[in-house]
Parts: sequence; C-alpha cells; structure tokens
Amino acid sequence: MSTTDDIRQILKAHGRLSADADTLAEDADLYQAGLTSHASVNVMLGLEGQFDIEFPDRMLKRGVFGSIASIRDAIEELTAS
Amino acid sequence: MSNDASQGANVELAHRIGSEIAAVHAAEVDRNARFPAEAIAALKDARLLSALVPQELGGMGMKMVELTAVCTALGQYCAATAMVFAMHQIQVACIVRHGLGSEFFRQYCRELVDKQLLIGSITSEVGVGGDTRSSICAVEVDGDRFVLNKDATTVSYGAHADELLVTCRRDLAAARSDQVMVLVRRGQYTLEQTSQWDTLGMRGTCSPGFKFRSRGDAAQILPGDYADSSGQTMVPYSHILWSGLWLGIASDAMSRAASSVRAEARRNPGTVPPTALRLAELSNTLQSMRSNVHDVARDCQELQESAEGNESLLTLGFALKMNNLKISCSTLVVQIVHQALLICGIQGYKNDSKFSLGRHLRDAHSAQLMIGNDRIYGRSASMLLVYKDA
Repeated sequence: MSTTDDIRQILKAHGRLSADADTLAEDADLYQAGLTSHASVNVMLGLEGQFDIEFPDRMLKRGVFGSIASIRDAIEELTAS
Repeated sequence: MSNDASQGANVELAHRIGSEIAAVHAAEVDRNARFPAEAIAALKDARLLSALVPQELGGMGMKMVELTAVCTALGQYCAATAMVFAMHQIQVACIVRHGLGSEFFRQYCRELVDKQLLIGSITSEVGVGGDTRSSICAVEVDGDRFVLNKDATTVSYGAHADELLVTCRRDLAAARSDQVMVLVRRGQYTLEQTSQWDTLGMRGTCSPGFKFRSRGDAAQILPGDYADSSGQTMVPYSHILWSGLWLGIASDAMSRAASSVRAEARRNPGTVPPTALRLAELSNTLQSMRSNVHDVARDCQELQESAEGNESLLTLGFALKMNNLKISCSTLVVQIVHQALLICGIQGYKNDSKFSLGRHLRDAHSAQLMIGNDRIYGRSASMLLVYKDA
C-alpha cells in the first residue's frame, strides 16, 4: 500500500469526515470535509502508530493536517533520513 | 517611551472611569441585573471601544498587554462592565486581525472609531451548547445577499449591542466545524428573547437567549475560516482579557481585605492581627495570578509581533498555554475572593458594608463556567497525547 492509501485508511478510521476518505481529492480541505481539532489528534496518533514516527511540535499545526497531500509531505519529510 | 506613556494614560483613564462611574452604579447594576449603561457610555466617550483599531484607520492600535491592563483596571470596580468591555474587544480583535483585507471591514473600522459601536457576540446555539467550534445554523448566500437565523442560548448583552458577530456554518452543506463569522448590523436583525438572565453573578452583562433572524450583504461575512480566527484571536483574546478582568476582581478583594486588616491593626497597635497572616497568604496567591496574566499577555503580544505572526499562535504549545491560563485564573479568582471574605469576616458577608464581597464572590464563580473548565481540560488532555514539549 502506498503512503497515500495508508493516510486514507487512517482518515477513514479516525477522521470522522462527512466525505468518503477513499475518493477525496489529495488537495481537498480536510477541515471543510468535517475534520475537527479533536478528530485531528486521533488522526495524528493513528499516523504516528502506522508510520512509526513522531510529529515534532513544529508540525503540530492545522495547516500540516489540512489535506492528504500536506500530511504525505510531512510523513515523507520525517521518514526521508 | 511614548508607548509606556500612552499605556499609563489609558490604564489611568480606565481607573478614572471605573472609580467615578462604574463603581458608583455597580451595586445597583448587580441588584437589578441591568446593563451598566453609564460606564459603557463613558468608555465610548473615552474612545476606548475602538482601542484595537489600527491607528491608520483612526483607532489607538492598542496591544494585548495594555488592553489586558485596562480590563484589570475596570474589573476592580464593576466586573460586569469589564466583561462587556472585554467581550466587545474580542469581537473587534476578530475584525481587525482577520477582516482588514476586505474594503467593507476597513470602512466598518472607520465607522467603529467614529460612532463607538458596541459589538455583541453569538457563539452559543441550542443543540451545541457552549461548544463554540460547532454550529448548526448556516449562512445562506444568494447573490450578494445573505440570510442567517440562529437559536442562541446566550447572546452577550444582546439587547444593548449595536451590532452582533455571529458564528455559523459556511453554507448549508458544510460540516458543523466548518464555520465562518458574520457581522450583522443594527436594523438588519431581530431578536426574540427566549429566556431570562437572572444569574448568580455577572448580572449586568444581560445575556439571555434569543432567537436571532437576519438578512444582510454578503460582504459582511468575515473573510477566512473561523477555525483560524478562533485559534489565533477569539481564544487567546478571550482567555487573556477574561483572566485580566478576573485579576481585577481578585485585586479589589485583596484591597478590601487589606484595609480590613489595617483597621484591625490600628485598633491595637503593637500586635499583628491574626488576619494579617491570612492576608500575607492572599498576597502570595494574588501575585502568582498576576504574574501568570502578565506573562501570557506579553507572550501573546510578542508572538503576534514575531516574524511568524499569526501562524505562531496556531501551535499546540500556545493553545495549551491559553488553556492553562484560563483554568488557573478562573480557579484562583474564586480562591482569592473566598480568602478575602474569611479575612473581612461578617463585614465582608454583609451587602451594605465597605468590605462587602458578595458581588465579587458571585461574579468570580462565573469564571469556571464561561467555557467550562472541564471542557478545556478535555481539549488539553487530547492535545497532550501528541504534544511532546510539555
């Protein structure tokens, strides 16, 4: 599975989105799709567990979790080294 | 130096309005649960309702530290006046910090300076209660006009405001958390009162429930997401300015207790009265509350002025700090007024004595309920699951 598929699975499990995470465009605004700040914490936890990473505090910002593409960028940055 | 001077002058002005006007009416405002009209009129005359409007638009361009000090000053005389003032400033902050890209809102700010309009807030709603980050109602835009109706559980000084800033969903299809704010002007809305405001304290804020119905121009929708204006402005300004005015309540309680102890000491020179020990304890608690308010207000102002600006206010670390300030000050204010009451004794318990603390105590108890502390603890608990630099 690609990183993007994993992200979609986690959004599906924890994002409580009003849209379908499988078909959501990569640059679609997740907050407009119903992601609340509470649900976004569960998404972060799901991603940290799945990818065995820890988002540093500088990344714990609304913008980083605003779309599938921005989440993927953050994960790629953390797993690059 | 000029900054320091103007800071001193505005805080001085707030003390004058507080002592000469707000304090004179405070007991009656409280007893009759009526709006503190005289003090708000005086704040308008002093041009303080546009304190946050940038100087280029005619306002004072006041910053967080100074505004907090003004709220503390007012809170020492009449907490309801201070709360109405603080709530108004929170609304103005949302407009000046998020709306100035829009010609409508720039023009509105000039009008605010000119007419000293009082802006109320409608964030609560039947069905979501006090969760400001959820709305059921939605703004419906058709062409360049909107319709917005909301069934609100409380509307801050609803009947006395000139304008209302209302949270709602972006449109009928939007998720509950996908919100915007709309500035609705007098004449564009109707309010049908649905409940009373007969409360334990903060009686002069006159904030019952209303069914709100409005129509207006689509340009009145504040640009951007409420999620951003909430995190960058509504939450920090609320928690800091509220904490500032609670500090005012606590300071006045301390000063009543101190004068009671001094009176006791004068009756028996040479002996330190036992209540002086309690006063020393009170002074200690008050200092930690004051340090916390000053520290966080300064921190917020410095972040706003930093290169990252508004972005730096969206970190979890900053959100946690805001939550901790609110929880801490809302708890300490009750503790301090209670300690002061123990010092003043029966004279503090009486409503007609110069040491009376009943109003302070009742007003202070609102602090832990305005956005319930458990709700805030819940948010912090959730953030701490992912935040590392705790």
